[in-house]
Amino acid sequence: MRINFILNGQTQSVDVDGATPLLWVIRDVLDQKGTKFGCGKAACGACTIHVDGNAVRSCSFAAKYAQGKTVKTIEGLSDGENLHPVQQAWKEEIVPQCGYCQPGFMMATAAMLEKIPNPTDEDIDNNISNICRCGTYYRMRKAIHRAAEIKQTNS
Amino acid sequence: MNDTKQPNSRRRFLVRFTVGTGVLVGALAGGINPMRRALFDNMEALIGDYANEDSILTWFEVTADNRIILHSPKVEMGQGAFTGLGQLVAEELEVEMDQIEVVHAVTLGRPIDPRSTGGSDTISGMWLTLRELAAKLREMMKANAATILGAPVASLSVKNGIISANGKSLTYGEIVQQATSWTEPEEVKLKEKKDFKVIGKAVPRIDLMPKILGDPIFGIDVSLPDMVYGLVLRPPTVDTVYVSSDISKAKSMPGVVKVVQEPDFVAVVAKSRPEAQMAARAIKVNWKVNKVWEQDEILAMTKVGAGKEYLIQKEGKAVEGEDLVEAEYSTAAGAHAQMEPNGSVVHIDGDQVIVYISTQVPGVTQKEVAETLGLEIEQVEVRPTYLGGGFGRRLHTPNAMQAARIAKAVGKPVHVYYSRQDEFQSAEFRPPTHHTLKGKIGADGLIESIEHNTSSADAAFGSPILPKIMETILGSDLGAWGGGRINYMKIPNIRVSAWRLQLPFSTTMWRAPGLMANTFVLESFMDELAHKAGKDPVEFRLAHLHDEGKELRLKNVIKAAAEKAGWGKSLPKGHALGLATCAEIGATIAEIAEVSIENGEIKVYKVTCALDVGLAINPDGIRAQVEGAIIQGFSACMYERMELEGGKIVPTIFGPYKIATLKEAPREIEVVILESGDRPAGVGEPPVGPIGAAIGNAVFAATGIRLRNLPLSDDFAANQG
Repeated sequence: MRINFILNGQTQSVDVDGATPLLWVIRDVLDQKGTKFGCGKAACGACTIHVDGNAVRSCSFAAKYAQGKTVKTIEGLSDGENLHPVQQAWKEEIVPQCGYCQPGFMMATAAMLEKIPNPTDEDIDNNISNICRCGTYYRMRKAIHRAAEIKQTNS
Repeated sequence: MNDTKQPNSRRRFLVRFTVGTGVLVGALAGGINPMRRALFDNMEALIGDYANEDSILTWFEVTADNRIILHSPKVEMGQGAFTGLGQLVAEELEVEMDQIEVVHAVTLGRPIDPRSTGGSDTISGMWLTLRELAAKLREMMKANAATILGAPVASLSVKNGIISANGKSLTYGEIVQQATSWTEPEEVKLKEKKDFKVIGKAVPRIDLMPKILGDPIFGIDVSLPDMVYGLVLRPPTVDTVYVSSDISKAKSMPGVVKVVQEPDFVAVVAKSRPEAQMAARAIKVNWKVNKVWEQDEILAMTKVGAGKEYLIQKEGKAVEGEDLVEAEYSTAAGAHAQMEPNGSVVHIDGDQVIVYISTQVPGVTQKEVAETLGLEIEQVEVRPTYLGGGFGRRLHTPNAMQAARIAKAVGKPVHVYYSRQDEFQSAEFRPPTHHTLKGKIGADGLIESIEHNTSSADAAFGSPILPKIMETILGSDLGAWGGGRINYMKIPNIRVSAWRLQLPFSTTMWRAPGLMANTFVLESFMDELAHKAGKDPVEFRLAHLHDEGKELRLKNVIKAAAEKAGWGKSLPKGHALGLATCAEIGATIAEIAEVSIENGEIKVYKVTCALDVGLAINPDGIRAQVEGAIIQGFSACMYERMELEGGKIVPTIFGPYKIATLKEAPREIEVVILESGDRPAGVGEPPVGPIGAAIGNAVFAATGIRLRNLPLSDDFAANQG
């Protein structure tokens, strides 16, 4: 079926089986590889993107539900000039190790900060349930608090 | 200094051990085991420099705008290798870090790692080799600059990659444009520690920005024109082989390009990955199940006494007498669970093959693909990509051989990746282990004798990176018993036996082979002995260590960790501390966990780690590795367990295979770095070692419950009744 949506500010029109996970449409049809495949069962969060501002695990989100929606991935997180506060904080705290899961974490964090601008440690525990195998959680937690700070300073 | 024109490493590796073999033969009258034990006693001396036999010019590129590109034969899997190697190069070449770029060396025309990226030996192994290469390049630049500038070499000065004399200057980039010949000097003088400007500085990772922007840097991100997607059907149970398949339905399904039937596997190739998945479900495979294995059989095979025994450490007499402390421990099998699944992209173009892959062994992958396709090694170019995690899971890449066969059959570039279920059920695992221990406290309140039996399936043996002859020489699998020997050498009587066995599924190296399991066991038992003796666990450990060498360095980290963690000081109500240590790959480590029991579960608040790294290259990189190793070790020790059920590996998905998230991981990690030496130790793996025992010992201090089985959360629940 034909599916139209906005991806990182650009209108996209793709002809795919509507049940195709949005992850593969973004990665393989539209060739934006920042969104990662981790498990295919929405269990690890590596594929987290925003659909109309909500964090969504795109490996388990059928493409047909993106019809008419606004989709954002790590490639569209910054405004093109400046890093998003989450990316800025990730950079300051030197969070990534292998880096594979990080786009999913940054997208999940960016979505959380829109709803909870100043999260407590408990908010972080309850909202960010992605998996990082390199174990960067210690720096990540610091970076999430720092991102909240940068975001509030900017606004 | 050594000449860099060393024999290739395999020869050198064998030469090294030929010495051992020669002595071995001579020592046979006295028995082969004493010789092996002598070898194990001196293991750290055997970890050598990277043996380079590639031309210096294959290692570096210098751009017109004066940037240096290092073509690294070591891969970047998150451990920060590229940053540390970049620092070594920047130091000797006299350039700033922002002038350095590091890329993966392809296997044609660039240096090939004769071993693997693993074993925490990238920085320590490159310490002399790469600085020497960079220093030689600097001297080659100076020789050419002298000619161009018409000034004697001795009059030249170098700063930021600019060579100056008599008010005139040339950048390395300019020299490269003008030079006509390069002569590699026989010898160079390396900078002294006191003159280091870049080495020892905390610098941000060199690959930070691509990883923050989500750039397509991983193997799975590779996309080529006309590329198709392959999916191999993998056996659903262990000890199972492919016989035949019915592909009649699958071959006409939407998007299917071809179903490839090989004698040993079937794969479907389609225009998209979801289409390949759909078609794979329509293929009926006839599997031959040799035997339906159950978990209790695996546990019985792993028990001390079931395998073949090798005495790997022996001092004085065996444990004897009355009032002994005896205990039995076990650890569960675990998965690497690196976030990027295994796979590769293979492009066959005429008689040349290009393999894009996240691999820890580019040279092995190249050789195996060439052999698979019946090609010369030079016809296969492996282009290593950034790895979405390694942890030992990519020390073997049979998936590349399958992908190559599929690419050949289909005549197009093919992208073949594991699903997560494939990754779990067909993967290679950290083997389960079983241990028995005995100890006796003497009249002086110290350990009079100790005995450790450690039983595990092979981990290092069978790996393509370990020459087969090593199995004969070593007997026992040092990847299985790693960390199983006693470090407290004031104990007069020590016996450690390694029991070797094989299981009906692949068992392999997992970050710090053997170390996590064996350290959990030995350091928990050490705690049991301390309590038996009625001594403080910190003081008790210090009392069993000599004041020299590795033991002194262990003492120093124990003291530093105890001080930083506030050992002996008051804690919040219900909180308790536990200590554990290890010494591995030249590093000594002490970790102290602060825990309490909350809602019937173990909660780890904080981990304090002191480690002696010899010499720190990038202190921030070391901290990152320690934090990550502690959290990964925490996850593995607290929650992770792979089992067999009706021949199937379970679980095969995250969630049921529980990996710690932000919610469970310790919120605070404090790292104290000690530097006692003049060369770097390995730091990526060793901090995985002590975390399990540190938590277990803290749980004992908090509750009086002694945990003797990994994962700890299950053992704690079982002890609660």
